[in-house]
Amino acid sequence: MGVRGFGATPAAAFEQAALALTAVIVAPERVRPTTSVAVRCAAPDLELLLVDWLNALIYEMATRHLLFGRFDVQLDGTLLNATAWGEAVDALRHEPAVEVKGATLTALSVTQRANDHTWVAQCVVDV
Amino acid sequence: MDPGRFVRAGECEWHLPQVGAMRVPGVIFADEALIRAMDEKVGEQVANVAMLPGIVKASFAMPDAHWGYGFPIGGVAAFDPDAGGVVSAGGVGFDISCGVRMLLTGVAGQRIESVKKRLADTLYARIPAGVGSTGAIALSAREMDAMLRGGARWAVERGHGQAADLERVEERGAIAGADPDAVSDAAKRRQRDEMGTLGSGNHYLEVQRVVAVYDRAIAEAFGLREGEVVISIHCGSRGLGHQIGTEFLREMAVAAKASGLSLPDRELACAPIRSPLGERYLGAMRAGVNCALANRQILTHLVRDAFHEVLPGIRLDVLYDVSHNTCKVEQHRVDDSIRELYVHRKGATRAFAPGHPDLPLVLQATGQPVLIGGSMGTASYVLTGTQRSERLAFASACHGAGRGMSRHQAMRQFNGRALVDELASRGILIRSPSMRGVAEEAPDAYKDVSSVVDAAEHAGLARKVARVEPLICIKG
Repeated sequence: MGVRGFGATPAAAFEQAALALTAVIVAPERVRPTTSVAVRCAAPDLELLLVDWLNALIYEMATRHLLFGRFDVQLDGTLLNATAWGEAVDALRHEPAVEVKGATLTALSVTQRANDHTWVAQCVVDV
Repeated sequence: MDPGRFVRAGECEWHLPQVGAMRVPGVIFADEALIRAMDEKVGEQVANVAMLPGIVKASFAMPDAHWGYGFPIGGVAAFDPDAGGVVSAGGVGFDISCGVRMLLTGVAGQRIESVKKRLADTLYARIPAGVGSTGAIALSAREMDAMLRGGARWAVERGHGQAADLERVEERGAIAGADPDAVSDAAKRRQRDEMGTLGSGNHYLEVQRVVAVYDRAIAEAFGLREGEVVISIHCGSRGLGHQIGTEFLREMAVAAKASGLSLPDRELACAPIRSPLGERYLGAMRAGVNCALANRQILTHLVRDAFHEVLPGIRLDVLYDVSHNTCKVEQHRVDDSIRELYVHRKGATRAFAPGHPDLPLVLQATGQPVLIGGSMGTASYVLTGTQRSERLAFASACHGAGRGMSRHQAMRQFNGRALVDELASRGILIRSPSMRGVAEEAPDAYKDVSSVVDAAEHAGLARKVARVEPLICIKG
C-alpha cells in the first residue's frame, strides 16, 4: 500500500506520512496518545530518511506492541528527531487490519510541489 | 498489458525480446486473458530484472505475476556467481520463505462438519493470529541462534512435532549456510515474541476438503482422497524476516549507489554473490528461511493439539511444506552443461520433477507437491512438478491468485461482517480478530486462482493433482 504525507515543511510531510502508515493498520483517531516513544534517524538523503523514519515506527510498533496516532517530527538536514504517541494494541477496540512488514523504495519520493510549495513524502509499504 | 508487446511462443508463453540493457529476454507464462489483466509494471519489472549482472537464460514471470518491489511478485531469475551474478534482497522479498504447509488428516469431511464450529473456535483460541498477537515460546539469545541454524529440525528437537515431518519440508527442514551473526539484534528482537504466530493480511490457516482429483495415481501417492480433509498453513518468517529484508534492501541500495552499479530501479538493490555484502545477505536470508520453517513447524504442533482436543486420535501428517520467497543454490542444466545457480523465486514456488535427488524417496516417483493457495472462500490447489518445468523456468511455478484490487478499494467495497455471514451460509466458517482485515481479504479482491493454475498447467510448469475448498479459515 502507498502512503503519502503532505505538509508545509518536510517535517510536517513526514508526520502526515506516519499518520498514513497508521491508517494502513487502523483509523488513527482510534489510537489514544497515552504513551510516547522517541525516534532518531539519520540518512544520506531525505528519501532514505523517510524510509528509515517509517521503518523505525514499524519496528517500535512490532516490538512494543503499540499503535501510534500522533507524531512530532523535527528535521535538521537529514537528521530526524521525533516523538510518536500511541497506546498498546487492543485487538477488540482497534481491530487492526494488517501488520506492516516494512517501508520499501517503491514510489519513494520526497519533493516540493512547484505550484504551492507543499512538501510531499511518499513510498509503498509492504503488508 | 497489451499482448502485442510480446512475441507469443506458445498457448501460455510470451517472450519479451532482449533489447537495450537487457542481458537476457523476458518470458511470461500466462494465457491471453491473464496477460491482459496484468498491470503494465509487470513487463517493465521483467525487463529490469533482465538487466541484472550474471542473469542466466531469461527473466521469468509466472501466471500470477503482479507489480512487486523491483522484482515482480511471481518473478523467477537465476544468477551465475562465476559470471558476476548478483543476489537481490528485493528478489526475495520482505517475508523471507513465506510459504504453505499442507497437513493430511485422513478424516472424511462429514466428520469435520459435525464438529466444525467447535474446531474453528478451538483453532482460533490456540493459534496466535493478527496484529499484536504473541507466541508462547520465548527464546534466549542462544536458542534464537539455534533456531536460526536449525529451522524446523530445531523445532522438532524441542518437542514441536515429529522427525517424520522433516522429510516433507524443503531442505529437510533446515537450509544450510544460515548465519545468525549476519542477523541484526533488531531482527532477533522483533522475532522474540513471534515464534509460532500466524501473522495477518494474506496469511491464514485453513481446514479444507478435497473436492476434485485430477491425477488419481499421484493424489493417492500424496494421500489426497476426494472428500477427505486437509489443513493448509500459510505464513512466513514473521518479524525477523521482515527486518532482515528491510535492513538489507537499504544497505544494498546505498552500496549499489556507492559502487557505481547502475540499476534501472533502486528497488532491485543487489550485491555480487561473491562479495562480503552478498555473502552476509545470503547468511541472513538463510536464517530467515529457517525461521519460517521453524514457525510453520510450531504452528503444525499447535494445530495437532487443537485437533486432538476436538477429534482425539486423529493423526495429522505433513504432505509437504513449500516456500515461495527465497534464493536457493541449485544445479540446473543450461545449454549443454550443469551449472550451480542462485535461483530467486519471489512469489513463486519450487516445482522439482520426479526423480530429483533433493526430493525424499517417497516423492521421487511423483515429483514435488506444489501448493497453490487461493483466496479465503474460493479454492486452493495441489500440483506436482514436471520435467518440462525444469527446462522452462528452473523448476518453478506460481504461488497463488494475486490481488485483483487494492486493500483500500476492498475495504471500501466490502463489509467484513457481511462477508463472514455470507461465507458461513455457504458452510465456510471464518475466524478473525479484524472485520476490516476480512474485508481487505474478500474473495472477490483476488484474481481467479483456477485460471492461474490452469495457465501454469498448460504452460507445463506443473501438473494439477487436486483441488481443495475451505471449511474453516483462521485469519489474522
